[in-house]
Amino acid sequence: MATTVISTPAYGGEYSGEQSVLWSWLTTVDHKRIGVLYLYTALGFFIWGGLEAVIIRAQLGAPNQHIVSAEFYNQLFTMHGTTMIFLAIMPLSAAFFNFLIPLQIGARDVAFPRLNAFSYWVYLFGGLFISIPILFAVAPNGGWFGYAPLTIKAYSPGINIDFWVIGLQILGISSLAAAFNFLTTIINLRAPGMTLMRMPMFTWMAFIVQVLLVLAFPVITIALVFLLLDRFFGTNFYNTVSAGADPLLWQHLFWIFGHPEVYILVLPAFGLVSEVLPTYSKKPLFGYPVMVYSGILIAVLGFGVWAHHMFAVGMGPIADTFFGLTTMLIAIPTGVKIFNWIATMAQGSIRYTTAMMFGIALVALFTIGGISGIMHASPPADLQQTDTYFIVAHFHYVLVGGSIMGIFAGIYHYFPKITGRMLNERLGQIHFWLTFIAMNLTFFPMHFSGMLGMPRRIYTYDSGQGWEVFNAMSTIGAMIWPIATLFFVYNFFKSRKSGEIAGPNPWGAGTLEWTIPSPPPEYNFAKIPTVTSRYPIWEGKEVDKEDARINSQEGKTPADLSIIMPYNTIKPLFVAAGLVIMFCGLISSHALIAVGAAVMVFSLYSWLLSPLEPEHH
Amino acid sequence: MSAPATHAPAPHPHHYTTLGLDNRKVAIWAFIGSECMLFVSLISTYLIYKGRSVVGPLPHEAWTDPATGHALKPILNIPVTSASTFVLLMSSLFMVLALAAVQNKNLPKRTRGERILGSSKLWLLMTAIAGTTFLGFQAFEFTSFVHEGLTIRTNLFGSSFFTLTGFHGAHVTAGVLWLVTLLAIDYRRGLGPRDALLVDIAALYWHFVDVVWIAIFTLVYLIK
Repeated sequence: MATTVISTPAYGGEYSGEQSVLWSWLTTVDHKRIGVLYLYTALGFFIWGGLEAVIIRAQLGAPNQHIVSAEFYNQLFTMHGTTMIFLAIMPLSAAFFNFLIPLQIGARDVAFPRLNAFSYWVYLFGGLFISIPILFAVAPNGGWFGYAPLTIKAYSPGINIDFWVIGLQILGISSLAAAFNFLTTIINLRAPGMTLMRMPMFTWMAFIVQVLLVLAFPVITIALVFLLLDRFFGTNFYNTVSAGADPLLWQHLFWIFGHPEVYILVLPAFGLVSEVLPTYSKKPLFGYPVMVYSGILIAVLGFGVWAHHMFAVGMGPIADTFFGLTTMLIAIPTGVKIFNWIATMAQGSIRYTTAMMFGIALVALFTIGGISGIMHASPPADLQQTDTYFIVAHFHYVLVGGSIMGIFAGIYHYFPKITGRMLNERLGQIHFWLTFIAMNLTFFPMHFSGMLGMPRRIYTYDSGQGWEVFNAMSTIGAMIWPIATLFFVYNFFKSRKSGEIAGPNPWGAGTLEWTIPSPPPEYNFAKIPTVTSRYPIWEGKEVDKEDARINSQEGKTPADLSIIMPYNTIKPLFVAAGLVIMFCGLISSHALIAVGAAVMVFSLYSWLLSPLEPEHH
Repeated sequence: MSAPATHAPAPHPHHYTTLGLDNRKVAIWAFIGSECMLFVSLISTYLIYKGRSVVGPLPHEAWTDPATGHALKPILNIPVTSASTFVLLMSSLFMVLALAAVQNKNLPKRTRGERILGSSKLWLLMTAIAGTTFLGFQAFEFTSFVHEGLTIRTNLFGSSFFTLTGFHGAHVTAGVLWLVTLLAIDYRRGLGPRDALLVDIAALYWHFVDVVWIAIFTLVYLIK
């Protein structure tokens, strides 16, 4: 992982100046560079989590295999889920939030550039903290949703769960800090004329996601605090045996966070696809206001469906009915989105670029995942399906078919903006088709193995239950993933060095970020634009065209334009390091807590008492 | 990095913002929204576990240990906590006066009363002292509970009570540190109308922590 962080900047020499390249990355507060750091790190974790999945599928490829032990298998599936959700998909979304939000709303940076750097470093350190233990076979092993009381000390005595509790707590701080930052940015740094209903759809979905993060993460923070106190200080929150604790407390708290989390994972991809589909269909997004309202409705309803994860625990018919109904309701705004995307493409002049292919794949595959979701919205059906591979098939169609396809659509679409060079389309098409085949070959047969009763999270199974052929198919599919990813990685690095030069707007897109050079200068906009429409390039008035002409000029330094840029600073990194050292103290020596706290407080004061940027004149 | 770390950042009125508000003001509201969910989770857990402890001491009821016959009184001391609640509420008043004093720093002060009301140092100090007094009450309460046999490990009440009020106490502690920092800045270079935002966001946080205490005092102490 460390090597990805220090790789050469996509921004050429303009940042290096008198500093070393490494130092410039460690101290950067530029939202675009932090976005690039997020992108590399999250892609690294995506590959890491993917390798875990490959081992899982190898183990399950045939009955009665013993490639890994049952104990290590528990660690593998726990870390696969945790890694993909918290270290790959969320930060990949954060990479786009960082890079795109200021560009799409016409801002020079996020509201709090140093806090932004802090979020990234906390994410990196927290990610390493939770990921490294698997190399020593002491990784968390309680499933990605870590159900208590299973995860309390009495039933999980090892250090494994400690890494999970503390790691997620650290990552939560990163997500919350970033959410306050982006929320403020979207509310308060929109260019003149960029009204809420003119914001690009990606920024809208990002806005909704930040609200979800701000409201959902405190709940898991508290659930984790209880677990931490139970494990380290002997409290009774999840002690069902001698203290009379409620065995469902964790489940409720976790899923009140956990279901909004599903939308935190998928709405950014919806936003990306809502940029991609109009661009390659040469048509504005169909039903823009309805897309906004359906996104808001998904978020609101998302807080009222959590107990559909718990139908099997016996909550009684009233609760089951309520949560079954709200879950079915949420299909309506989601369906509206699907139809709007189809209507966007209808009668458009479609270009089947790689980004478009991934975008269309999202519409198709997410629909499959959505439909299987409605199936287990019904409690009686869910009782048959819960804890089987049918559920595994469902949420992989949602998270791989939805989030990952959308994120890849976004990467192919925005790579030219980020690096200034085009990705190779032929390699991209190979990557797309291999990914598409791998995805369906891996996850579609799981519907059948699940329906035949194969439970989740078993490390092996006997022959003769009709599961062999479906498992073999899934495993073959999983083995195609690494090949697909190799094409992507090769394309990524090759194109970054020697891809075709992109220019400001290679795809003929319509939104603000395409009016500025690729890669954008550090100040983004030479002149803060005045916005008069949703697609300033496509339907803008004279004022938009004039702004675009000024902003597309290359080679101007901030000094030429007398734009004041924030100082680079190492302090956010030190605060993040102090924080993580403090948490490490919980599982090693308590003296470390004091050391970490001292580093954190000192660096924090030093940060808060130093100005962000030179004085204005 | 080369920035001199000598003084607090002044607000930058030159920066364009959509709402015309400083970014920090918007962010503190988002933060408070998030904190609401944090305390809602803590308070809900306390209420869910109310009356479910299998051993004493209990908040409002006497409890006799069936094994030893040892009798325990209800543990919450409402008169003492009412006093500490009063002190905390007064601190919010002091906070308002501190903000007003900073905002009106440049107005002429003719009478002694105006000079007292206009002293931001005095009111920041008073707010910090009131907050610290509240923390003192809480330390007294916690230690007396421990002496009476209630720790964070004793029962569900102990776990949820100490965690909830401890979280609130930690927020008050952070607030006191924030106030002391502002006080130090005030002594070092003087806080004036330009810096009103720094005090304003601290005040918003401080009032929020007070409001949370009103909810805790009502739900935990007053309602049986």
